Amino acid sequence: MTIENFLLMRNEISLLAVILLILIGEIFVSNKKTVINIAIILFIVHTIIGFLPLEIGKLFGGSFRTNELVHFFKSVLNVGVIIVLLQANDWIKEKLSIENKSSEFYILLFATLLGMYYMISAGDFLMLFIGIELATIPTAALVAYETSKKKSAEAGIKFILSAALATGVSLFGISMLYASTGSIYFTEVSTLLTNTPLAVLGFVFFFAGIAFKVSLVPFHFWTADTYEGAPISVASYLSVISKASAVFVMVMVLFTVFQSLSAIWVNMIYGIAIATMFIGNLFALRQQNMKRFLAYSSIAQAGFILLGMIANTDLGITTVVYFAAIYIFSNLAAFGVVQSISHKTGKENIDDYNGLYRTNPKMSLVMLMALFSLAGIPPVAGFFGKFFLFTAAASKGYYLLVFIAVINVTISLYYYLLVVQAMFLRKGENPIPFYKNSIAAKAGLVIAVLGIFVIGLYSPIYEYIADISNFVFK
Amino acid sequence: MINGISIYEILTLTTILFFIGVYGFFTRKNLITILMSIELILNASAINFVIINTYLYPENLQGAIFSVFIIAVAAAETALAVAIIINLYKMITSVEVKGTELMKY
Repeated sequence: MTIENFLLMRNEISLLAVILLILIGEIFVSNKKTVINIAIILFIVHTIIGFLPLEIGKLFGGSFRTNELVHFFKSVLNVGVIIVLLQANDWIKEKLSIENKSSEFYILLFATLLGMYYMISAGDFLMLFIGIELATIPTAALVAYETSKKKSAEAGIKFILSAALATGVSLFGISMLYASTGSIYFTEVSTLLTNTPLAVLGFVFFFAGIAFKVSLVPFHFWTADTYEGAPISVASYLSVISKASAVFVMVMVLFTVFQSLSAIWVNMIYGIAIATMFIGNLFALRQQNMKRFLAYSSIAQAGFILLGMIANTDLGITTVVYFAAIYIFSNLAAFGVVQSISHKTGKENIDDYNGLYRTNPKMSLVMLMALFSLAGIPPVAGFFGKFFLFTAAASKGYYLLVFIAVINVTISLYYYLLVVQAMFLRKGENPIPFYKNSIAAKAGLVIAVLGIFVIGLYSPIYEYIADISNFVFK
Repeated sequence: MINGISIYEILTLTTILFFIGVYGFFTRKNLITILMSIELILNASAINFVIINTYLYPENLQGAIFSVFIIAVAAAETALAVAIIINLYKMITSVEVKGTELMKY
């Protein structure tokens, strides 16, 4: 192994450099607002470097591996984080920098992103475990970041305790898998794993850990409370970046490592998908708080993603990655509007949005696009994402599941349109007054909306994902 | 390897530890004891890794190294959880689960 081999970890090294530079900047630059600008510029530079092509290979005896799909997904996550940072900019400048907590926010946020990088390019269970933990523990600190608010601390304690339980259960499962195969490397486990009771039990326990991060149904209880209590930018980060990376890990692990147990996990996912869609949608119906509403909607979206996984073919990976990319942009646009309104006026309930179109037409249009994309209405990307997911499930003959999913899309359309109705049709008694967004917040919303349209209408993106995701089933 | 003790006894012990932890997590009313239950779960997994390594696959050290990482990560997790609990205590002057019912359903 030479020093050049480490360039395979270029993304990780450059992100680590960004973190260290912010740390140094925190010490030597006295004006905290300069540190904020430096952090954003550094991260944009990191993202641009990330777009350069990267070699395929393995490091540390297979613990760390990278390929085109992993690299592509890291770039998507980078763009998502840029949007989160731009949307959070006002909040950080006006609230956090006064309390002198702004630089740590970036350090913690980038540390979790580093964890997600390692998680999605992990080649053994140890690296996967460390990546998940590095992605989870700083997130808990971020959730409890508003130390003067009771809700924030409550959300933080709920998140860290449930995350720790999920980790523990997952570890116990990994130890069973280790007992039945004698290795922790993915390549060896995938060949040695057979359909024994011990291996199946280990797999189920291990699956619980990742399902917690994706907030699938038996493990979803933390989601709504954590999103409501956390600062909005952290909630949007959790619901988008963290969830998308966990979905990616889940699909890769299921398709490669546990391929020999596919007869079992296909049935498991069938049940979990139905439960997740129904519970996410039905609970979203009765929410008044926008953050809780988006939390349950994100649970339901995770249920739809499972339809792609059940296909267990190349098409499955392609559609899941494609939908995850669309989901990132749609949800970020929705959260961006919620965050902007909450920051300017402190209002977070659906009723507060009554008559928003008359006072803030541009914001309502962004929200409309985001909700249409989440619901899956044709001109925007969400429709294509859902359509491909359903195609993937139908290609294996799961027509009943597709039918149930379509029912759920209809339910979800109802509650998404409730928000649209509040914005466009209702007249509010005291609607949110007109205000101007800052340039950063505008840029964050515009990039998200552009993403919604471009990914849906520019078909080479789908073809590119299909092209790079065909390495699993050769 | 310990003379006179087979892997079955130890694995039974760790499984009991694990389920005591899970039971404690769901039934305890105090945040600190919930944290202790989680420690039980993590330690059961750590022992599992070491034992499986020594008894079944002594040629490699994968399990032993894994357990070292588990201990380190568990410490980090506990430290953060205790920090959040202390912050919560400052606001509600209690560490009971009952105090964290601001957001429901």
